[in-house]
Amino acid sequence: MTNAIVAEGLVQRFGDTTALAGVDLAVRTGTVLGLLGPNGAGKTTAVRVLATLLRPDQGHATVGGYDVVREAHQVRRLIGLTGQYASVDETLTGAENLILIGRLLGLPRRDAKARARELLAEFRLDDAADRAAGKFSGGMRRRLDLAASLVGRPRLLFLDEPTTGLDPRSRNEMWDIVRGLVADGVTVLLTTQYLDEADQLADEIVVIDHGRVVATGTSDQLKARTGRQTVTVRPSAEADLDMIVALVRLVAAGPVDATGGVVTAPVTDPGALAHLVRRLDDGGLAVAELALRSPSLDEVFLSLTGRPAPEGVPA
Amino acid sequence: MTVLAAEPRVRIADGLRHTGTLAWRTLVQIKHNPFELLDFSVQPVMFLLLFTYVFGGAIAGSPGDYLAFGLSGIIVQNLLFATLNTGVGLNTDLSKGVFDRLRSLPIARWSPLAGRIVADMIKQAWAVALLLGVGMILGFRVATGPLEVLGTFGLLLVFGMAASWMSVLVAMLVSAPEKVQIFGFVLLFPLTFASNAFAPTDSMPGWLQAWVKVNPVSVLADAIRGLLNGGPVAGPVTQALLWAAALLAVFAPLSVWAFRRRV
Repeated sequence: MTNAIVAEGLVQRFGDTTALAGVDLAVRTGTVLGLLGPNGAGKTTAVRVLATLLRPDQGHATVGGYDVVREAHQVRRLIGLTGQYASVDETLTGAENLILIGRLLGLPRRDAKARARELLAEFRLDDAADRAAGKFSGGMRRRLDLAASLVGRPRLLFLDEPTTGLDPRSRNEMWDIVRGLVADGVTVLLTTQYLDEADQLADEIVVIDHGRVVATGTSDQLKARTGRQTVTVRPSAEADLDMIVALVRLVAAGPVDATGGVVTAPVTDPGALAHLVRRLDDGGLAVAELALRSPSLDEVFLSLTGRPAPEGVPA
Repeated sequence: MTVLAAEPRVRIADGLRHTGTLAWRTLVQIKHNPFELLDFSVQPVMFLLLFTYVFGGAIAGSPGDYLAFGLSGIIVQNLLFATLNTGVGLNTDLSKGVFDRLRSLPIARWSPLAGRIVADMIKQAWAVALLLGVGMILGFRVATGPLEVLGTFGLLLVFGMAASWMSVLVAMLVSAPEKVQIFGFVLLFPLTFASNAFAPTDSMPGWLQAWVKVNPVSVLADAIRGLLNGGPVAGPVTQALLWAAALLAVFAPLSVWAFRRRV
């Protein structure tokens, strides 16, 4: 499988600030890459370089096989860009915004209008077609932003924090739309500060912090990188609690916690669960719940960057 | 130096088409924001009525006599203040992200700016025609001919386009559209009022006269007076065009520099 987007050693400075300090990444054609990081990590700068809006100070990148600096015009023919920094004209109506893009892309007036109608219907914005975009709700506005980047049917889509600030329902709608696009074969580079968003949508995740890539891999690989899982046991009878704590301690790789009548402990040994089940069985101890849980991406983030995930991250 | 792979340039014809589409976009905004119409219709007419009937008698003896002197000045003043629209619009596009969306499209690099300038020139022409029309209803008479009226429009638009680069520069330097208005007013108020646009130079103190005589606003107002009322034309028109060239030569490169630094 070929790479639709490749970046090597991207460096971008703004005065004394280094926004990108040598970023490498690759997005395979037809997949979703999640660029995950806190505010100010360099996500938007990376997207702006790849979408030809910024010239990198060092390094190079290709999009669809074209160099983003030397062949910027060809890159622009292939991409769609949606995000905090690429948006629609608030004074124009939904329809006018889409017609404007269609006309700029060279569609004849009639085709531009037809394409606008098609997209408005697809994104359930037909009722708002003749209303100024500035009066749209947050979710409608994002859908219109996304529709505007799809007028030219791009094969490559950059989504810069597509759901930041949206309520859960609008966020789910946005996710469904993105999944639909991917099903049609569109390659997506998505930036997000929401760990669950990357978990939900991305085939591969690149974690970025202070302009550097701190980890790359699938969601599962990243979770495995922390090297520990959590075992949870809830006794059926409260009287068994102490005995179960003693058994869990035998397999635990760290402190055992028994608050609230639930025993939890970190484990690293892959055989820990089987071992624990045998011991429980031997001791004739009944449990109401027994589970081995992978670390959440929040925990992964903490272990990779040494900082907790940014505030306001939904579970 | 390595030879770079030749990037296929956008053809001029396509660039002009993009410019037309983007000019349409700026003009269609008026439909949704009637305040803009107020900005370049009601406000100039208000200024005209105010100056003619409130100050006109005191300055020239009678409102009718003032109109012959003052209309040209009011047209020039309005032209310069309206150049702020270009800056406000550009700054809005930059801060709201519209500009980035446009720059991510395969269109001519210069078309977003050109589109705005074309649209703003259409608005300027409308305001000049409106002021001239209302002025004539109030009693102003063109003493020359249709060629001179055409020349008036031409000179005003050329000067307006050159002067709008000042507001483009401000737009590139400040963070919010409102600041373009504020800085623009601070720049344009002394420039337009410390001129002979509204009052004759010889009524002012000597130190001010020295400035008023070289002020480009006076020069342009004199050129328009010459074109509409008769009188010396060649001198002031040439001077006004030189000023336009100077404004363009200074502020266009500065704006491009500020733009590169900003994005």
